[in-house]
Amino acid sequence: MRHFEIKLNPAAKNVVGQPVKHESAIAQVQGKAPYVDDAVLPQGALHAYPVLSPVAKGKLLSIDASALDAISGYVCMLTAADIVGKKDIGPVHPGDVLLAENEISYHAQPVAVVVAESYEQARIAARAVVVEVEETAAQVDVKTGLKNQDWVRPPYSFERGDIDTGFAAAPHRLQGELSVGGQEHFYLEGQIAMAMPAEEGGIFVKCSTQHPSEVQHLIAEVLGLPMNAVTIEMRRMGGAFGGKETQAAPWAILAAMACRKTGRAVKLRLARAEDFKLTGKRHPFFNRYEVGFDDQGRILAADIEVNGNCGYSPDLSDSIVDRAMFHSDNCYFYENVRVTGQRVKVDTVSHTAFRGFGGPQGMITAEAIMDDVARYLGKDPLDVRKANLYQPGRDLTPYHQKVEQFVVGPMIDQLCAEAEYHKRRQAIIEFNKTSPVVKKGLAVTPVKFGISFTAQHLNQAGALVHVYYDGSIHLNHGGTEMGQGLNTKVRQIVAQVFGVNIDRVGVSATRTDKVPNTSATAASSGADLNGMAALNAATTIKDRLIDFIAEEYAVAKDSIHFENDEVVYAGGSLGFAELAKKAYFARIGLSSTGFYSTPKIYFDRNEGKGRPFFYFSHGVALTEVEVDTLTGENCVTAVDVLHDVGKSLNPALDIGQIEGAFVQGMGWLTTEQLHWRDNGELMSVGPATYKIPAIGDTPKHFDVKLYDSENPEYSVFRSKAVGEPPFMLANSVWCALRDAVASISDYRYSPPMSPPALPETILNAVNATRVWLNEKAKADQAMETTDAE
Amino acid sequence: MIEFLLNEQPVELDDVAPTLSVLDWLRTKTGLTGTKEGCASGDCGACTVVVGQKENGKVHYKHLNACLMLVGSLHGKHLVTVEGLTAAANAKLEELHPVQRAMVECHGSQCGFCTPGFIMSMFSLYMNEPAFPGKDKVIHALGGNLCRCTGYKPIIEACERMYSYPRTTAPFMQAADKFFNCTLCSNPGLSDGDRVFYLPQSLRELVELKSSYSQAKLVAGGTDLSLEFTQQLKLAEEVISLVDVQELKTITEDEHGLKIGAMATYEQFMPALLKHYPEASELFNRLGSSQIRNAGTLGGSLANASPIGDPAPLLLALDAVVEVICERGSRVIPINEFFLGYRRTQLHEDEVISAVFIPARQADQKLACYKISKRMEDDISSVLLVLSFQLVENRMVNVKSGFGGMAATPVAAESMAQVMEGKDFSEHNIQQAAAALTADFKPMSDVRASQHYRLQVCQNLMQRFWLEQSSGIATRVSHAAL
Repeated sequence: MRHFEIKLNPAAKNVVGQPVKHESAIAQVQGKAPYVDDAVLPQGALHAYPVLSPVAKGKLLSIDASALDAISGYVCMLTAADIVGKKDIGPVHPGDVLLAENEISYHAQPVAVVVAESYEQARIAARAVVVEVEETAAQVDVKTGLKNQDWVRPPYSFERGDIDTGFAAAPHRLQGELSVGGQEHFYLEGQIAMAMPAEEGGIFVKCSTQHPSEVQHLIAEVLGLPMNAVTIEMRRMGGAFGGKETQAAPWAILAAMACRKTGRAVKLRLARAEDFKLTGKRHPFFNRYEVGFDDQGRILAADIEVNGNCGYSPDLSDSIVDRAMFHSDNCYFYENVRVTGQRVKVDTVSHTAFRGFGGPQGMITAEAIMDDVARYLGKDPLDVRKANLYQPGRDLTPYHQKVEQFVVGPMIDQLCAEAEYHKRRQAIIEFNKTSPVVKKGLAVTPVKFGISFTAQHLNQAGALVHVYYDGSIHLNHGGTEMGQGLNTKVRQIVAQVFGVNIDRVGVSATRTDKVPNTSATAASSGADLNGMAALNAATTIKDRLIDFIAEEYAVAKDSIHFENDEVVYAGGSLGFAELAKKAYFARIGLSSTGFYSTPKIYFDRNEGKGRPFFYFSHGVALTEVEVDTLTGENCVTAVDVLHDVGKSLNPALDIGQIEGAFVQGMGWLTTEQLHWRDNGELMSVGPATYKIPAIGDTPKHFDVKLYDSENPEYSVFRSKAVGEPPFMLANSVWCALRDAVASISDYRYSPPMSPPALPETILNAVNATRVWLNEKAKADQAMETTDAE
Repeated sequence: MIEFLLNEQPVELDDVAPTLSVLDWLRTKTGLTGTKEGCASGDCGACTVVVGQKENGKVHYKHLNACLMLVGSLHGKHLVTVEGLTAAANAKLEELHPVQRAMVECHGSQCGFCTPGFIMSMFSLYMNEPAFPGKDKVIHALGGNLCRCTGYKPIIEACERMYSYPRTTAPFMQAADKFFNCTLCSNPGLSDGDRVFYLPQSLRELVELKSSYSQAKLVAGGTDLSLEFTQQLKLAEEVISLVDVQELKTITEDEHGLKIGAMATYEQFMPALLKHYPEASELFNRLGSSQIRNAGTLGGSLANASPIGDPAPLLLALDAVVEVICERGSRVIPINEFFLGYRRTQLHEDEVISAVFIPARQADQKLACYKISKRMEDDISSVLLVLSFQLVENRMVNVKSGFGGMAATPVAAESMAQVMEGKDFSEHNIQQAAAALTADFKPMSDVRASQHYRLQVCQNLMQRFWLEQSSGIATRVSHAAL
């Protein structure tokens, strides 16, 4: 395994590090960038749509399709009985069923799929099927599930030090709990797949998925085919955010089943309401904590329990709750600590990956702890945060990975100086004294996010690079483009290796027959893994070209440079296209695969010790808000961010990721509420009732800067992953809102305000603070009376 | 048959289902797949198109949700899609329309799926505003477009940047000139054989049709009715569209008050109404999105009788009168008698709302309009409060109110009005009024808010009103939508 270290020549015209525009931008703004639903349908193509259970829980008695023959365009219906291969499509552990066969596990669970001539006919037919279920009571309350110890996977915990000793030594002690809301991905392009018959009984599927290889694998298993008979193609997604990591597969598999049955192309696209009902969300969590701390607010003991509401099946919940555990420390050193993670089963759709993958739900607990401790001690929360930061000597995480790069402290200092934290804090205290209705709040929160899949084997990637003899370059890699600009970054990397203009490098759709056995594009790892694999592939070809030039022109290899679209060697130069042509005629192989696997990482889950993360990405956000204490209406007025992406591969794309992640995180913590009825039915099933941030919610002042640093590890051009970490910068919004409400108590009470902090949640926090003030006044009065006596 | 212009191409269309949306037609029948389906419910803006229409001799372009617009209503109009903005087949950056170029240069597209919709909203802004109109107007115009990737900042920047290039006209201008100057078929309509889309060209024709086909669905702006087709998959036999009935679009005013034609869109009647009742601006500026306000009408909102429609509470507090017409004649219905129950009104099967009359502002009239929702923009109210009274020698008289989200219909708070009527305008009396709201309402808990919140917020809004009237204390957060 080669791990490349390439130093950029600052004198050359580098492609890496430039704010290159998104590879599809010009097509996108003209409506010419095709998504799966835009493809011209093959002749005779059909449409499939799932038939849904009317209830959340019970025994499936019958599926009555007798009404379907009267529906025009109806072709056929398939149920679990039509599955020839595996019926369980659990990605890691079994439990996720493709079509319910006996038991109904959640409301609107698919029990069959109907096929018809048109999309509309398929939807009408699906609704005409009568599904009879012997209904039993659904259980959708996470606390009840917790009490009943109803798990989708076993509990797990790790610890460091001895919390009993820690608590015993602690002068102060606090307990708390936090319900954290889930989140619908709301990718603008809903779930979709189109399956077509292929050669030799095989199948070809276009699918909007972050994980083509898994879709391929599952289709093969369900249809009873070898993987080489199934090909998945994915050019671009209209957003994914984790929601197309495992959740894209069922629809592709159903389309493939229908294609197999009819011998015709079949498209399955979920309408928005069904996309809401049938696909998993970010896990809601119910977390509890007890901390012991000293007069400075330093945590001496922390006992943290994170409880993920997993829905009905395991899906990825094991790893997601693990990641919540791995991030319940955030940037803070707990002297003695125990972290427990539990995976609660409830009768809803199975919750899944979403940007941050449990990290946000763990990290916000750490922030709640910091604020609670600060209010208790009457300190500025920023001082408590700083007192707890990892630092040399206090550098071991609860899972025994050593923190080796201490940039968060300097980042906080830089941001607070540039954005004038202390001046603004003072101004806000003064403002709040004279403003009885509108209160302002301010908060600084840091982020430390571990980069690597925690399942070690997933940390691998492949790429394929061809140089054609006209000098154009073809690039393919195992990652998927969902808007994050992965293709653009990998193009930049390949162009950089060959020293050519980026326009020479074309990227083609991700295909399982080009690069096999890929991991999902997830865990922020897309550029780290695929960029390295492409770098490897391109460098292999470049090395051959160097050998060729060295021999052809009898020059030393180290005199040969690829720069500015040409190759320069001692005594001469060649245009890149000319070189490609010469090399072709000299019968030099101009194509190569590349492979990469992340070094250094391991984790012993039994011991709860190891180095699950190759490195950490960091960020700091300073957020100011306004709250209307009569209604709970609120506004994020100013945000300053300093974020660490190492040496940025593309600052424009990186800043785009940071801004977008921040606003998405803000939505999670403020306006986005998932509302399930007690019977398990989801009531927020579209943008009319589920409110993601709109354009007016973008902070008026929104300044994002990249922190000047480089990755201490050998990552691709010393960059750092950027997809997920900045999502958690939005924790500062929640803390600032809570800060605004706490001002009513002169910052001595930390009101309960479980996210999402809707206007209603905030008004309730205001109410709770007023109750606290009244009780305190009564107590003070009683004390005075006692004193007087 | 209907006739319209699609980008540069004249189109004649006949054999089409009356409930087919412009979005589905574009995507399945024309190969123009640039217009995207994000939600098919008018809430995300991914399908935004720009539609040109000749009114009073001048062509106006506005942005609309293609998913809520029925194909039949395109008759006589110019439909512009994202494909229509650039002439070159393989355009380079510099050859793009300024709107598109700005979006690329500001890195405003990531996944790109919402991008065509944004481009069209921005194009509408570009057509209607000759120079950068300021950030607030940008936000107002783009509030109905959702983006999940960017956080919107680069898109806001692009809206400023697009004015920095030389101003260009779109490639379709010549075709549009020609189209708007030719004579179209005088008897437009659509039918797929079984089902019919009627396009009456006059009020007389409309009432005759409604008399003959009393079960027919009347469609005005379609911002709510279309959901029956796209979400509930209902198949209407007959649809009668009111879009071409010019008599229903007039807005007139005299010393008695303001008469708003049932088919005047929000954008069309807002200036006339807000001139007299500027306090209602928050209500209308936050009603739906720009796309919705460009399509929705007062007649449609009232006939629909949703408990959460925002205009009705205002009309209740202002003592408005609904004018209805049918072949048998016309009559007026006071707004407080108009709603009978959840989505039920006094309208008879053959009747059509022709206009809404709003009395002239009274001397010393105080008015408060407050909308509360989870999100400031494009959100349905969890609570809407409108309060009106005359302040005569510091006494509150003629107290009227209208509340949304508090009951099965938009409704006035009678107990509160009784408590206030004739009393001094004082903090104590406003507090008493707020307390009386508990006798007026037993709101429900639903996906938007709990019963408790709804009631407490209404009471707190009374406090807000008092503070606004009696002190200089800040009562609102500084959001762009406020």
